Amino acid sequence: MAKKVLMKGNEAIAEAAIKSGCLHFFGYPITPQTEISEYMAKRMPKVGGLCLQAESEISAINMIMGAAAAGSRCLTSSSSPGISLKSEGISYIVGCDLPCVIVNVQRGGPGLGGIQPSQQDYYQATKANGHGDEHVLVLAPSSVQEMAQLTSEAFDLADIYRMPAMILADGALGQMMEPVDFDVMSKRDVPEKTWATNGTEGKRKKNIINSLLIDPVELENSVIARFKKYDEIAEKEVKYEEYKCDDADIVIVAYGITSRICKTAIAAARAKGIKVGLFRPITLWPYPKKQLGALADKAKHFLVCELNMGQMVDDVKVATECKKPVSFFGRTGGMIPSPDEVLAEIEKLAATL
Amino acid sequence: MVVFDKPKSLSPVPFHYCPGCTHGIVHRLVAEVLDELDLCGKTVCVSPVGCSVFAYNYFECDMIEAAHGRAPAVATGVKRTHPDNIVFTYQGDGDLAAIGTAETVHVGARGENITIIFINNCIYGMTGGQMAPTTMPGQVTTTSPYGRDRRIQGSPIRVCEMLSTLDGVAYAERVAVNTVPNVKKAKAAIKKAFQNQIDKKGLSIVEVLSTCPTNWGMTPEAALEWVKTDMIPFYPLGVYKDADVKELNPTSTKEVNE
Ligand SMILES: Cc1ncc(C[n+]2csc(CCOP(=O)(O)OP(=O)(O)O)c2C)c(N)n1
Ligand code: SF4
Ligand SMILES: [Mg+2]
Repeated sequence: MAKKVLMKGNEAIAEAAIKSGCLHFFGYPITPQTEISEYMAKRMPKVGGLCLQAESEISAINMIMGAAAAGSRCLTSSSSPGISLKSEGISYIVGCDLPCVIVNVQRGGPGLGGIQPSQQDYYQATKANGHGDEHVLVLAPSSVQEMAQLTSEAFDLADIYRMPAMILADGALGQMMEPVDFDVMSKRDVPEKTWATNGTEGKRKKNIINSLLIDPVELENSVIARFKKYDEIAEKEVKYEEYKCDDADIVIVAYGITSRICKTAIAAARAKGIKVGLFRPITLWPYPKKQLGALADKAKHFLVCELNMGQMVDDVKVATECKKPVSFFGRTGGMIPSPDEVLAEIEKLAATL
Repeated sequence: MVVFDKPKSLSPVPFHYCPGCTHGIVHRLVAEVLDELDLCGKTVCVSPVGCSVFAYNYFECDMIEAAHGRAPAVATGVKRTHPDNIVFTYQGDGDLAAIGTAETVHVGARGENITIIFINNCIYGMTGGQMAPTTMPGQVTTTSPYGRDRRIQGSPIRVCEMLSTLDGVAYAERVAVNTVPNVKKAKAAIKKAFQNQIDKKGLSIVEVLSTCPTNWGMTPEAALEWVKTDMIPFYPLGVYKDADVKELNPTSTKEVNE
């Protein structure tokens, strides 16, 4: 049996990255994800890699752009305000079709906000990482084990599809300690990086990494080609978990740390005879539209639970084609609901069905 | 017989630069140096946002087109991934000394073993002649239409002087390309800046006083004259730093670890 190690979520991400062959980490300190930088600073020199503290998140993401262009498996991590600074670079990296992994251990906002856990960057992550028609893969872990596992999957996905993959976590997952098994890392075949800028050696034509396409026809074609790739990803790479949905009248839709609170509330509700289940999107982009939509014929009501003011509600309405009512319960600004608060919301809804 | 050939490191395509613009001269000098040092096959160039944004069409080495001001950070990522590649950035004054100031200062502070070719033309060429961080006192631009007033728009930045205060910077020289002797000196400086990288000496920057006849509203001849009468007195030519800071730059850490 595989040996499990007790670790903080942030450390699990860092170790999983190293185990996935990541040799370059560029970051800038910000709570609640600084443990990733600190772990990398300790470990990278021991494995022949590099952990470099940049002068800002802007520089860190552009160092990533350079390392990715040069063919490295590279990682950067930050928390909400720092991700905003990275957004310019993310857009360029998408425009250049470069693979990399970006971690956002979310905290409350807007502005400097607070340092407590949140899911307030859902829109930013899934709809508008940067300017332009673009997407990045978004994976939302809900345990320390998944922090590790999804990080290793993110590296493979990024390389396979030549685009950034984001781990969208939160301060609670980053700080909590749980046992992790590193033997179950992703090991997919990834294409060779023949496009990398690492010197022609006089043996091939020059490689150009570029997002500038001044001719609108060319630019349109390149965006359309990227969206074809997005369609393929939506078809093949969607991940989700269904929990007690088969007979559920109420389906809670929640991801990340919130999904765990909901599971506790679901157990309590079931003990009281209320048929409630959980649908947990693991990929937030691509969104498991079809799979959630399939529940709309059986369930009577969808309840979205998040640590924000309801950013995922629209996605649930679209996925379920508004066939059944969709309501929202959440806390924001770094507050986390207790299972009892979620249970009360479930009971209130059950009384109306 | 003297045969005037295109350097192998320059692609066989015409430049898009305006008539009389000295960007083209500097491209040629860089390409000649890459040829003479036989570097093209191991070189990665990071081009900026500015008039030289299309540099990826002109050099035969591997090319990356960075966001405005971020070339030094991108170059850092490349160099730290492949320390044996020769990495250089080619940047304008707006790119290097306004939006990218932090990246510029810190690439120097880290002593990244790369080469920076810095085109100072006292203006934002690409966007049509707005004030740059290096725009001269009194100089008229579209966003300093009454002439740059130092009390309102601040004073120009002298980049070589500023960077030469940083421990990680090995070499900082300001050159001009307004006369044949100056072009020869400029080439020698560019060659040294690449040789330093081969020798792992640390960050090398060559600031080239360059012309923008289009946005200065001058003929090419008048522009070359203005470099002499106005720019050089304010931005004196010469070597501001020439040191071997090998022990301070990242290339040496590998050796320490080994
Ligand atoms: C983030 C961002 N801001 C502004 C611009 C617009 N812009 C393009 S080039 C440029 C100035 C370039 O001037 P300089 O660096 O001096 O280069 P030159 O054209 O003079 O060679 C600006 C402001 C941009 N492309 N990106
Ligand atoms: S606008 Fe100025 S800097 Fe740009 S190509 Fe024309 S002359 Fe050169
Ligand atoms: Mg300029």
